[in-house]
Amino acid sequence: MDQTNIFTEKKRAEILSNHFAGRKFRDRSFLIAVIFFSLITISFVFLIIGSLVMKGYHQINWAFFTQTAPDTFTAMMAKSSGQIIPGGIVNGITGSLYLVGIASLIAIPFGVLIGIYLYENSKKRYAGVIRDITDVLQGVPSIVVGLIVYLWVVVHVTHGYSVLAGSIALALMMLPLIIRSTEESMKMIPDTLKEAAIALGTPYYKVILRVLIPTSFSGLMTGILLAISRILGETAPLMLTTLGNPAINWHLTKPVSAVPLLIWQFYNDPNMVDLIWSSTLFLMGFVLILNMLSKWIAARRNL
Amino acid sequence: MNEMNDTTRPSILSIEGLSIAYDKDKFAVKDVTATIKKNAITAIMGPSGCGKTTLLRAINRMHELYPNISTQGIIKLNDENIYEMSTIKLRRKIGMVFQRPNPFPTLSIYENVIAGYKLNGIHLKRSERDEIVETSLRDVTLWEEVKASLHKKGTFLSGGQQQRLCIARALAFKPDVILLDEPTSALDPVATAKIEDLLVELKKQYTIVLVTHNMSQAARISDNSMFMYLGELIEYENTKTIFTNPKDPRTEGYLTGKFG
Repeated sequence: MDQTNIFTEKKRAEILSNHFAGRKFRDRSFLIAVIFFSLITISFVFLIIGSLVMKGYHQINWAFFTQTAPDTFTAMMAKSSGQIIPGGIVNGITGSLYLVGIASLIAIPFGVLIGIYLYENSKKRYAGVIRDITDVLQGVPSIVVGLIVYLWVVVHVTHGYSVLAGSIALALMMLPLIIRSTEESMKMIPDTLKEAAIALGTPYYKVILRVLIPTSFSGLMTGILLAISRILGETAPLMLTTLGNPAINWHLTKPVSAVPLLIWQFYNDPNMVDLIWSSTLFLMGFVLILNMLSKWIAARRNL
Repeated sequence: MNEMNDTTRPSILSIEGLSIAYDKDKFAVKDVTATIKKNAITAIMGPSGCGKTTLLRAINRMHELYPNISTQGIIKLNDENIYEMSTIKLRRKIGMVFQRPNPFPTLSIYENVIAGYKLNGIHLKRSERDEIVETSLRDVTLWEEVKASLHKKGTFLSGGQQQRLCIARALAFKPDVILLDEPTSALDPVATAKIEDLLVELKKQYTIVLVTHNMSQAARISDNSMFMYLGELIEYENTKTIFTNPKDPRTEGYLTGKFG
């Protein structure tokens, strides 16, 4: 007898429809789970921004961007009379910009050049070693970077906490990010473009300067901006290298303040609590703007 | 064996015993000897992997970009050994157009045409630049189409226009020879026909060496044809002769579609 006769058409259709019903159910429940967890993740970002705005907005005024941080006595007096704390964080803002500026001056040329080297010689053993070391550098805890720069620069070069030391620490943290993003964005350039330039008799260094760098410019910028936004909030290495400064400072060999350092200072002073939130809001907003800027540049690349 | 009957034209390039290996003893081109005639279109045909592109790229020393490729033999341009010329001089005399249109995406149409001068740091007066751009674009019949948008990016053009722009970029140097590596394989039939007409027009002023996958393209526009197989130059003849009366059974097999 033919075994397949046991499965009539009807029965087979029933089995199949049950099977598809099960699939549909699994598909739906998985979708709901994915949406649920992504909503949780997203909501954290909005909760962070929301609570920073709620707690910090009333301290944000003109003085916040133009005056240096108040001393604890002034803050206490203002608080006890029910006023907002006078003064601002301009010493931190200028310090942060100064530190990040010098760090970028150090890290961008090194990072971009090393990135181009890795792209050009991707299969050489030396390039592999550099790539591994870059990964290790990226994994070094920031406090370790701070300690080492303290030993090298604070103790032996500037003989005291300084902008230079802080910038070198930040540059060390930027370097692996820039190296990697440079290499990745160079890899996106089709080889044919390089060959087009070579076929016109272009010397190789000009191929790099006039073709490869301009073509991958948006990629390079994105990587640099992301690296900057990463180090903007670094606190631990700065504590060990630039310490902080109640006044604005432009001397390379003198201590300087930074926004995250001020936040830490405010946190340790019960009279300054209100300034924590506004400073954090400022830092968060700044990093957010840099992030969005880099996303915008990256999106323009695809035009 | 590869003596050709085209005696009406003087020769411009001569390839003598050229062998090219990607790895040691893995030859992509084996002992090729041939002379290329001036003001003619020479087509290089053959199945994939036969070494036709490798041979073409040797003529303007593109292989030097890749250190694992080794080349033996001599190529002479007007009796001058190309391996003894500076690469800038050589590549000014022998231009190249690639399989896919590759205008520089950061440069305008205008800048793309004179890219060779810009990238080599050759300074031109404004009037000289304008003239080179206009004549080069006229030569590739692109001038009328783009003269109003010379300062737009070259990547805004259609594929066929981009490829003609790339030919104009090669023409801007007034080279002796233009090498084209399957220049129409990424284009639609209309754009292909335009490029083919253009090449026939250009051979009055230039010598053209064309690698093509497309046998009918070779038959339509070339004067002489090479057939390569497994790195060897099997047959090199007047195009009419090779298509109507191939000497080698492998050539005949390829042309009649038995393999390829």
